[in-house]
Amino acid sequence: MPRTRVGVFVCHCGNNIGGVVRVPEVVEDARNLPNVVYVEDSLYACSEEGLSSIKEQIAKQNLSRVVVASCTPRTHEPLFKDACEEAGLNRYLFEFVNIREHCSWVHRHDPARATEKAKELVRMGVAKARYLEPQEEFESEVFPAALVVGGGVAGMTAALSLANQGIQVYVVEREEQLGGLVREVRTLFPTEQDTGELLGPLIEQVRSHPQITVYLGSEVENIEGFIGDFDVAVATDGQVRELKMGTVIVATGAQELKPLGMYGYSGLPNVVTQLEFEKSFKRGADLPPNVVMINCVGARVPERTYCGRLCCSTAIKNAIWLKEQDPDAKVSVLHRDVMACGVDIEEFYRGAMELGIRFLRYDVQNPPEVLGDRRAEGVKVHHQLMGKQIILPADLVVLTTPLVPREDSERLSKMMKVPVGTEGFFLEAHLKLRPIEFSTDGIYVCGSARYPSSIPESVSQAYAAAAKAAIPIRDGSVRVEAITVFCDERTCSACGNCVEVCPFGAVELQEGRFGRIASVNVMQCRGCGCCVAACRSGAMQQRGFDDRQLLSMIGALADEVVSVGGR
Amino acid sequence: MEDSETGGNGFEPKILIFACNWCSYAGADLAGVSRLQMPANCRVIRVMCSARVRPEFVITALSKGLDGVVVLGCHPGDCHYSEGNYFTRRRGLFLKKLVEYVGIEPERFQVRWVSASEGAKFSDTVAEVTRQVKALGPNRPRPKA
Repeated sequence: MPRTRVGVFVCHCGNNIGGVVRVPEVVEDARNLPNVVYVEDSLYACSEEGLSSIKEQIAKQNLSRVVVASCTPRTHEPLFKDACEEAGLNRYLFEFVNIREHCSWVHRHDPARATEKAKELVRMGVAKARYLEPQEEFESEVFPAALVVGGGVAGMTAALSLANQGIQVYVVEREEQLGGLVREVRTLFPTEQDTGELLGPLIEQVRSHPQITVYLGSEVENIEGFIGDFDVAVATDGQVRELKMGTVIVATGAQELKPLGMYGYSGLPNVVTQLEFEKSFKRGADLPPNVVMINCVGARVPERTYCGRLCCSTAIKNAIWLKEQDPDAKVSVLHRDVMACGVDIEEFYRGAMELGIRFLRYDVQNPPEVLGDRRAEGVKVHHQLMGKQIILPADLVVLTTPLVPREDSERLSKMMKVPVGTEGFFLEAHLKLRPIEFSTDGIYVCGSARYPSSIPESVSQAYAAAAKAAIPIRDGSVRVEAITVFCDERTCSACGNCVEVCPFGAVELQEGRFGRIASVNVMQCRGCGCCVAACRSGAMQQRGFDDRQLLSMIGALADEVVSVGGR
Repeated sequence: MEDSETGGNGFEPKILIFACNWCSYAGADLAGVSRLQMPANCRVIRVMCSARVRPEFVITALSKGLDGVVVLGCHPGDCHYSEGNYFTRRRGLFLKKLVEYVGIEPERFQVRWVSASEGAKFSDTVAEVTRQVKALGPNRPRPKA
């Protein structure tokens, strides 16, 4: 048998790894590992240059195993596996070592020990790689239907996009009506279009589309399974409906922060949020002559560090609306910075200033103060240009608050096993490489569930999510990763432990060449490895996670040779 | 074990973590993405499910002198494979006794639950286990008879 030839590629990831871990030392250490014939460092292993170097060295050095030490397999593994495959190396002869998320990013203040750890992680990776074997993948069918959770603008747009491609779509909306948060909004910025003009036709198209089924006042109770074969339980009309889905789009949106206890909110009747203002003040109604808006309420503060992105535009929109209803109204917007990015919004902001809306910057260390006991009567603010306190009379104070995650996003996150970030919004697999997708295959996200998004952003994200969710359904099948289990019929004693523990009924005892042994149905096997750990004779093994591979990693870490058995 | 060796004088334990792909490995990634700083004592081996961890792995790691082994899985009820972590939970209870039986402090082996959204719990677990194992001192498994 030809000698195993391992190539190791250590990534700097710019400064992300290289700024902490001393990569050249890791490279030198790897050179002395058994079977390693080639080591190089790479500024960005995932770049076009980095990938072509891997492919080139596979041919040049006749590599039979490739180890890349860089970031997390959860985002970048397919990329490197594809590169190996393109160079003619079976994609299962690749091993990933995580020295960024698990090392450089979390040991920033200890470069010496981070470097030692990176060396050990590479040793473990190489040890496992030596025992890797080529594998063939299996195909699994995709159920031709998609679930959209949430019936707001993002959810409805995604549903229509899928349905217009001929895919059966199920929309589950918690409220009794479609439309989401936009239903509560009066007009859209920067076009100042009535929200009804957008929502009406959209809802009508969704309701009348033959390929779309809408469950209103309903909730997703449970989701189990994997891409192509999700089992979904929907609680609707007092009963639980079981549905089968190929892919899932999360479009659960967000809600406006209620700034309890801030600037007299919930105590003073004439202190309201932007959304409450839009709902309660209609065209032609008695409008207050003096209005003060305060921006960044509960945003860009230690407990909520993000910028709500839409709030400045919302304040500008409502200020313009007030000015248009009553040109004599005095409208002031107190802000920390005005976020009016993009051609249209900047124009919109200028227009507001030309209308005579007063924009005043306040200092977060010295915030405005709402005056008045029973009602807000004025707002005291430090005028930065005049360098003194001024008091603006106020008949109405409108607080501009950011969108915050829906209360049940934590529950959904647990149920679907997809992550939420520190702020509680859903976290996609990768900001730049895999936006819209979760790292769990077959589940996608769009709209404000992901981050506060404007209508144009929600719509384009919805198109993107629908396009992604349609691919497996149109393909009809997905390749199942070859991490399934198999039974060595020579050592199996037919005890049946594996049959007992398999959560998917993928193992049964059958007559084989050597008598009764365990037999695995690879289409049903999802690669958990429960049966492997339960096997008394070591006959059950998992592809890519077999005992020899894992024990060799332990041995490499303990710096000792571990007997890995003779299978 | 001699007392002089169990003190915290510069002893940096080496701890092995088995993390399931779906919850705990993702939680560890999230800790990284969130830049949560933690002691550099733990090395992660990724397995698809915590239930893949064979008792032999734990005993081998500890008997080869690693100072601690932690198995991390999804919270009970949240397993990607429905019930894998229930096996882990039961196996963990009996493994603790086995570890003690072979002459190693049972605290060197632990089972914890970390979900994909619990980056902070991952880093807290690493810090806590590192502290505990540090207090135990270096692992000196009994030589084979």
